[in-house]
This record gives sequence, C-alpha cells and structure tokens, in this order.
Amino acid sequence: MLRLYATVAAGGFRRFAAYRVATAAGVFTNTVFGLVLSSTYIALWHERPSLGGYSMDDALAYVWIGQALITVCGLMGGGFEDELIERIRTGDIAVDLYRPADLQAWWFSANAGRTAYQLLGRGVAPMAVGALVFHFTLPSGPGGWLAFLLAVALGSVVGFALWYLVAMSAFWLLDGQGVVQVAWLAGLFFSGMLLPLNVFPGTLGELARLLPWASLLQVPADVYLGRYEGWELAGAYGFQGCWALVLLGAGRAAQGAATRKVVVQGG
Amino acid sequence: MADSWRTYGETGIRASWRTYRMVAGMWIRSTMAYRSSFALTLVTSFCVTFFDFVVILLMFGQVRGLGGFSFAEVALLYGTAGTSFGIADLTMGSLQRMGKRVRDGTLDTFLMRPAPLLAQVAADKFALRRFGRVAQGLMVLVWGLYLLHVEWTPLKAVLLPVTVVCGAVIFGAVMVLGASTLFWIQDAAEVTNSFTYGGNTLLQYPPTIFAQDLVRGVVYVVPLAFVSWLPALYVLGRPMPAGVPEWAAFTSPLVAAVCCGAAGLAWRAGIRSYRSTGS
Repeated sequence: MLRLYATVAAGGFRRFAAYRVATAAGVFTNTVFGLVLSSTYIALWHERPSLGGYSMDDALAYVWIGQALITVCGLMGGGFEDELIERIRTGDIAVDLYRPADLQAWWFSANAGRTAYQLLGRGVAPMAVGALVFHFTLPSGPGGWLAFLLAVALGSVVGFALWYLVAMSAFWLLDGQGVVQVAWLAGLFFSGMLLPLNVFPGTLGELARLLPWASLLQVPADVYLGRYEGWELAGAYGFQGCWALVLLGAGRAAQGAATRKVVVQGG
Repeated sequence: MADSWRTYGETGIRASWRTYRMVAGMWIRSTMAYRSSFALTLVTSFCVTFFDFVVILLMFGQVRGLGGFSFAEVALLYGTAGTSFGIADLTMGSLQRMGKRVRDGTLDTFLMRPAPLLAQVAADKFALRRFGRVAQGLMVLVWGLYLLHVEWTPLKAVLLPVTVVCGAVIFGAVMVLGASTLFWIQDAAEVTNSFTYGGNTLLQYPPTIFAQDLVRGVVYVVPLAFVSWLPALYVLGRPMPAGVPEWAAFTSPLVAAVCCGAAGLAWRAGIRSYRSTGS
C-alpha cells in the first residue's frame, strides 16, 4: 500500500516537472514580486527599525521565504483543488472512489510530490536571487536549515489539509468557486503573505497568529530566523501538527459524509 | 489560415467593438442567471483588492510616511494605478487564459468566426465581478483626493481622468503583448502577471522607495511609470524620478498609443505563427 502512494507521489513530482517553461515563468514572477516587496519592506523598516521584532535583514528574508513558499505551502491556492473540484462537478470522482486507494491519501501523496518539486523548482531560485541582491539573514548552520525544512513540510501538510477541505465543499455546492475565493482571500491575508503577522496590531495580530494559516508561512519563517529555541521550537511544530491533524480529520469527516450521502453527478 | 478567413469577416475598430459587446453581453447575461452567486463574487472581488489596501493601512498604522510620502499621497498613487489596472483587468483580463485555448486547440473555433479574434478572446468569459477592483480603486482615489489639499489648476483637473484612461490602455496593451507571446510559449502566462499585477503593486508605492535601476526600468523599458506615477507626481507637485523632465507627465496618451501599436504588431505576428494542435 505504501508503495502505491510512493508511486503516486513520484507521479505528482514528474507531472509538474514536465512543465519547465511554466516553472521558469513562475520563478521570474516570484522574483519580480520579491524585488518590489523588498523595496516596500526596506522603506517600512527604515522608518521603524525592529518593527515586529524583526531587523531589516530578517524582514527581507521573510519576503523571499514568502515568495519561495507560495506554491509549496499553498498560500494562494493549493494547486490541486481546481482539478479535484472539477472531478467532483463532472462526476469523474466516481472513478477515483472505485480505486483500491483512499481518496484523501491519494491526493495527499500526489500533492506531496508536487510540493517537493515546487520547493526545488520554484523555491530555491527566487531565494538565491534574493540572497544575492539583498544579503538577508540566513539560518545558523545546517541544523537551522533542517529545522526550517521540517517546518515547511508541516506547513505544506496544513496547506494541503485546508485546500482539501475546500475542495470537499464541492460535493454539496457543485460550484466551488465561491468557497475557493473566500479561502484564497483568508489565506492571502492570514498567512502573512502581505505583511508579517507580528506586524498586525493588537487583537487582530493575536488572532491571526492562532489561525491555521499562520502555519503556512509565519511559523516556517520564524523557525528560519531562529526565533524559537529548545522547547519553543517543539511548541511551534506542535502548533503546526495540531492544525494538520484537526484539518486532515475534518477533511476525512467531510469525505466520509460526502461519499455516504451525496449522489455523484453524471450519467 | 487566419488571414484568409479574416477577409470574410469585418475588420477594424468598429467590428471589434461590436464583437466585444456581443460576446461580453452574452457572458453578462449568463452570469446574471445566478444573481446571488454574482453578488457574492462581486463582493469577494471588492474585498480581495480591499485587503490589498489594508496592508497599506497597517503600514501607516506603524509609520507616518513611506519614502517621504504621506498616507494621502500614497492613497492617490494607489487609487490612480488601482483604477487603471482594474479597468484593464475588467476588459482585457481574460487574455491571460488564452494559453489554454492555444494548447488544446479550441482557439480554432474563434478563428472560424467572421469576427476579429482579439475582441473575441478579450471578451471570452467576461467577468463583470472584476468591476469590484475598479470600484475599490476609485474609492481610494477619491479618499486620497479628499485628504489631500491639492492646489488645483485646470491642467491638473484634466490630467487626472486622462491619466486613469491612458493607464488602463497601457496596462491593456501589456496584456495583449503578453497574450501574443502565448502563441509561441503557452505556459508563460505568469510572466505577464509580473508586469501587470507586479506593475500595479509597484505603482501603488512612491518611486522614492525603489532602487533607481528599477525606476528607470519602468520609465524607459516597460513604460509603466506613465500609467500613474509621472502624472500623479505632477498633481502632487513632487519632482519627477529618474531624471525625467516635468513635461513627461503629460505624455501618457502618446505612450499609450505607442504601446497599442507595439501590442498590435505582436498580436498580428502571433496569429500568423499560430499552428493548431490538429486534434
């Protein structure tokens, strides 16, 4: 069974690796946005040094981590939900349900393969460009990089769980566009993609840091910047892990309810 | 094939406009069949762009000025660029999805019709909900003007609306230019995003915060500075960036015309090189 999912994951990796031009275009766009955002952050941190507890170098690192993780952690769309919703809408999902594999585990594996490719293909290059241009903060040694990678992996699991739940809504609504847009909006704002969550004022900031979207970018970025030490680091992973379990569980429950009650579309 | 077919249909701006109106009208009627869904997506579209502005509000919650510009001045920059981009996105935003049609060959259907191709593709899946972005941009623009104490002259009063329209045309031309490249490389749609969405983000902030090379790039290479920066800086009575003379603030219509010409040439070259998938 594990071999099946490993094959699915490898397929997910190869599928996205096939579109090299799209990857190059994505890297270009991420780099341009990184440059623009960096300039605005420099202006902001120039006025208020150590805003949100970040130094200028930390803030710049944050920008490029964000650009690197957009597709990896599903900050602006999970990269698979449109396809899954389309399969639910057209009724093709019936074929998937017939397979001797669990639906969620199947898509999880495919997404894991996609994530691995996006991290290598679209994550590394913009960050390297950013590091060359701006000389921002780097993690302390290989241990720091490993800790960051683990946080990214957990973040991508939370991202998958969120978008899978969004896709499940299509079983009832058929047209998932409304829910996708709302999820997109929430993700954009509460992930800290536009502005780090620790710059958000007062209660809004406290709330934003507790929501699942904080696991996608804010926590990995803070791990990268070495803001957690010892047990705090374990706490950060625990925060991500808890949301991953809760959301994956919710996705499972929705899937169970859907397959038991909903009539599949199509003839 | 494209050229021989085109001779059967009408060409020119009037035919394009008629085609655009017909196709867009059809999509609006189809959207209106689900009124509540339309209302929901319109509100979301408005909110998405509003969140974009919340970031600037949050920034100014922490600081008094950004690059020497006050909140009201940034709001003016944001409003002009946002409205222009919103209009271009509303009217031409569908172009970026053309890559899919080139890849799977459904563009053939469009080429068979005796109507201008560009108008058909631009109006394809016309989404009235994107008006939310225009409305949001206009609101910020009005807010900015209300907070500012501009010393109005007749020149400035004319310049501002002309700027918004010309800015939309420049953004639209960039979108057509980007769509033209899709005839050769279908997967490169995201590159256009970095000039349209990225350009819009860039123009929302004062030019003083960007590296001089970047500013020179959007003045002389991809003339996005003419969308809003230069005219808005004139209205604010601020010096021009990158050694540009002050009269350049009035050249947006000229730049828009040149951009349209370039986009038109690229589009023609694109259609000529179009090969269907054959399936």
